[in-house]
Amino acid sequence: MEATLFYILAAVLLTGILFAITARQAVRSIVYLVTSFFALALMFYLLGAPLIAAFEVIIYAGAIMVLFLFVIMMLELESPEKLPQPHFKNWLPALLLAGAVVGSLVVLLCSRLQAVPPGFVEIPVRQFAFALFKQYGVAVEVVSMQLLFALVGALYLGRRR
Amino acid sequence: MSVPLSHVLIVASLMFAMGLGCVVAWRANVIMMLIGIEIMLNAVMLTFVGGSAHWGIADGQLFSLMLMALTSAEVSLALAMVVYLHRRKNTVNTDQFDSMKG
Repeated sequence: MEATLFYILAAVLLTGILFAITARQAVRSIVYLVTSFFALALMFYLLGAPLIAAFEVIIYAGAIMVLFLFVIMMLELESPEKLPQPHFKNWLPALLLAGAVVGSLVVLLCSRLQAVPPGFVEIPVRQFAFALFKQYGVAVEVVSMQLLFALVGALYLGRRR
Repeated sequence: MSVPLSHVLIVASLMFAMGLGCVVAWRANVIMMLIGIEIMLNAVMLTFVGGSAHWGIADGQLFSLMLMALTSAEVSLALAMVVYLHRRKNTVNTDQFDSMKG
């Protein structure tokens, strides 16, 4: 049951991303991407990471994508016909690189077929929080400083002269 | 759940390949390049969470949390830079931003 749900969510995720990277307008691409990030959050929940699933919905789908949408609407880009569309010769190196990634994955999966591993272990939030604040407390401080620097930098870049 | 780890890795690598293709194909549009980078970072997060669930250690989830903090800082700075460049040249086409001739 859960495995079936996982494959359905994977199909939704990959289809949404495929539509997002081929959309003609950036706004449509953002909307497709929000859909696929919701599917990704459910996949995180199925993999036993409820906290990361909540953060995916709150931070990614709720904040970062809305920030993208806000900036795209604020810029008042010219009509989508005038924006440079990628032609076939632009897609060719992209397809080549993506094919290289997929081909190496296929080679890797075909080379060693090991036994099917056991199911996933669910990590309780208590263990997650314990590891975060006991073991990686310094990293939390560094991340807070990084967010402060990003705030200062964004204010500096966005100031009016 | 009874999905093998390799299937999670297949989904993550397909996602990464699509993000890479987006960055390479839309290299004339700054916003679509940023979207491709987001897709690639999400693929890495899926790999981290899958490994964390496979081995039963919380470290993978921790690093995906760090990755989210990194992404929010990166996106705020990059979008501020997009707004700044759009104010100067009135376009988001990367070919116009060639004053360093790079």
